[in-house]
Amino acid sequence: MTKQFLLDGQPVPFEDGQTILEAARKAGHYIPSLCWHQDFPPHGSCKLCIVKAAGRHVSACATPAKEGWEVESNTPEMNGERRGLLQMLFVEGNHFCPSCEKSGNCELQALGYEYEMLTPRFRHFFPERPVDASHPDMLLDFNRCIFCELCVRASRDVDGKSVFALTGRGIHKHLTVNAESGRLADTDFSKDDLAARICPVGVILPKGRGFAVPIGERTFDTETIRSKTLKEEES
Amino acid sequence: MSTLPATPTAALDGILQRHGHYPTELLQILIEAQDLEGWLPAPTLTYLAQALHIPRSRVEGVAGFYSFLYTQPVGRYRVLFSDNITDRMLGNTELMDALCRKLWIEPGKLSEDGLVSITTTSCTGLCDQGPGMLVNGRAIGQLTHRRINEIAEMIRQQRPLDLWPAEYFQISDNIRRKDSLLNLDMKPGAALSAVVEMGREGWLQEVQKSNLRGRGGAGFATAVKWASARNAAGEPKVIVCNADEGEPGTFKDRVLLNSYADLVFEGMTLAAWAVGASEGFLYLRGEYRYLLPLLEAVLARRREAGLLGRHILHEPCFDFDIRIHLGAGAYVCGEETALIESLEGKRGTPRIRPPFPVTKGYLGRPTVVNNVETLAKTCLIALGGGEAFAASGTAQSAGTKLLSISGDCAEPGIYEYPFGVPIARILEDCGASDTQAVQVGGAAGVCLAGYEFQRRIAYEDVPTAGAFMIFDGTRDLFDVARAFVHFFAHESCGFCTPCRVGTSLLQGFMDKLADGHGAKADLADIDWLDRLLKNASHCGLGSAAPNPVIDTLQKFRPAYERRLVSLDFEPAFDLDAALAEARQLTARDDPGAHLQTHEEEEK
Repeated sequence: MTKQFLLDGQPVPFEDGQTILEAARKAGHYIPSLCWHQDFPPHGSCKLCIVKAAGRHVSACATPAKEGWEVESNTPEMNGERRGLLQMLFVEGNHFCPSCEKSGNCELQALGYEYEMLTPRFRHFFPERPVDASHPDMLLDFNRCIFCELCVRASRDVDGKSVFALTGRGIHKHLTVNAESGRLADTDFSKDDLAARICPVGVILPKGRGFAVPIGERTFDTETIRSKTLKEEES
Repeated sequence: MSTLPATPTAALDGILQRHGHYPTELLQILIEAQDLEGWLPAPTLTYLAQALHIPRSRVEGVAGFYSFLYTQPVGRYRVLFSDNITDRMLGNTELMDALCRKLWIEPGKLSEDGLVSITTTSCTGLCDQGPGMLVNGRAIGQLTHRRINEIAEMIRQQRPLDLWPAEYFQISDNIRRKDSLLNLDMKPGAALSAVVEMGREGWLQEVQKSNLRGRGGAGFATAVKWASARNAAGEPKVIVCNADEGEPGTFKDRVLLNSYADLVFEGMTLAAWAVGASEGFLYLRGEYRYLLPLLEAVLARRREAGLLGRHILHEPCFDFDIRIHLGAGAYVCGEETALIESLEGKRGTPRIRPPFPVTKGYLGRPTVVNNVETLAKTCLIALGGGEAFAASGTAQSAGTKLLSISGDCAEPGIYEYPFGVPIARILEDCGASDTQAVQVGGAAGVCLAGYEFQRRIAYEDVPTAGAFMIFDGTRDLFDVARAFVHFFAHESCGFCTPCRVGTSLLQGFMDKLADGHGAKADLADIDWLDRLLKNASHCGLGSAAPNPVIDTLQKFRPAYERRLVSLDFEPAFDLDAALAEARQLTARDDPGAHLQTHEEEEK
């Protein structure tokens, strides 16, 4: 007999070791995420996947499912917290969707729509984060970084290069590259790296291509992030 | 780059050599490398990365994480004013301003000649003899205007620190009340001989009988922790003494390490015997670096006496030694998984749990992390037995607790009480009068109002790692809460969204209120942030960060409401404040350089 837990009242089967997020998505239930990626171990930093399991708040991506648990996810309370977390991510960086090449393909933006974020709510931090355009093929716009560390992990664990790392602490934490000059051009980064195409927002972008697909026809313009994620899970 | 001094590679090689070129030693290597020039120039980071065969980005990541590592030049005299609320109550802000004026510099900026830089730092654990400061890592307490004048003069004359008056660097223990632990006069090795006689199993049973719980605040049963590590797979096992005493207002570990170091190291060795561990670390907060020579001397003496090293007390299977690792100004490293990351030479970011350190800790091995006081207490159990230990204190909180008492009282210092002591009794003993509130357990702890002074220090009532800060009727509890909020925003590691952004947002709201722009709507937002931080944070730092605000909002709400302008909403943006930079650039401060607010125009 397979084990199961209840997600918003619906039974979800799981195997030992599976996390709440993995089991839920497999069973066709959407739990949002930004820093989670199926090819990497859970990271647990964005907290978008936060759920209430047996009365306690936990990251669904990092918490192994337990038999008989009652898990709350798609509730006004949890979705309200997710909206708040999204507002935090928007105000701490500099996100100007209308002029961003990633608009329509950006997971942060898509989640903003999904969770009906209508205002930034909090004061903007307006951090100073200069753009690095030194590399011939790729552009780094640090203004949009959400610190999911997917590029860090992809470059280190898959590309074997450690082109990216985080430095600084707290609200001053920021992305840096593996060069004394601090310039991407002085690293061994390549446009063919996994790290070059894993950014869920618009930090790491290819040069020489702009608005090839018009806004309005892009990924999340035609389909919500919820249905796209669940479709990918099925295939 | 040509303006930079040539990297002293020979000196760096020596440091790398001493640390065996191990990347796990990266933090220790960076701390020592910084001693060469006072900061870490970019070529130094590149050189170390190449020598350790690790990516430069990793070295930069670590160097950027710790407050006491500098990737920009700092002064040859690096002055850090301790900025706990108790320091502020003793006038540290005024003293720092005075020193800056005398030396013609601005806080946080380097003087043009590179001589001196002055800024603040989180609590340095000198609350019983504040205001405190660190000058190039050495602690000075009891600052007065006279001392500040003298310090300014000595810095101007570029007098070496060794030639400053010796009494400046004398840090007193200020032990005011002793009980079983502080009265213990133990010959080094006596507790060890006793437990070797009991055997490992017998010793663990004694610890279990003692009901000893962790003194770091969480109160986890020590015997359970030790048994889990003993039963976990993986070798060699590790004992870590958490001496990252960063909780604002706590300084009991400073005193234990200064005057009872043998008890602490013996406790670590007792733990090693129970667990079967062979490797030990004392993780010493960077603020206590001045204790390092003394602690190394105690370790050397214990090795000499056969109490550390191979075949301790001639037991064939008892090998254990202790190394001291320094922190570098990061409160979050008091969290045990962040501490382990830091021990491994990484950024001090808390890990996902489970797995817990007892099964997968330092380098994936079973690791016990215990507080300084917990480990010292095990000597009492070894000598007097578990039952005798359990007989004092309360049923759920056995034994005694060291309290670090500071703030508004006649006799600040260290007080040891059996668990169960009421707050009122402590206040009486330390000579506190007209007490408005007590902050127990530091910034992350609980703020108690007058009607709660009959509550007791115990895990089941008011748990604490030892901080006890007293505020009399003249203090504004909003200022206290705001100081703690600033502390958490500064110390957030930045890993998870709620803590990284939430602590800064909370700081913004508290500052808005302090500046007289608060509105009712802000209190609702503060409330909401408090809850999100508590619920959604990755570790205890984030979930404790709103505690001071939650408590004071509930118990001292008028302190907040007094600051509200009576509006539902008031913008945080202040037109006149936005012109501050223009005024500074034009050296003007006359009425014409200020914008009138609309209220004033109406009058």
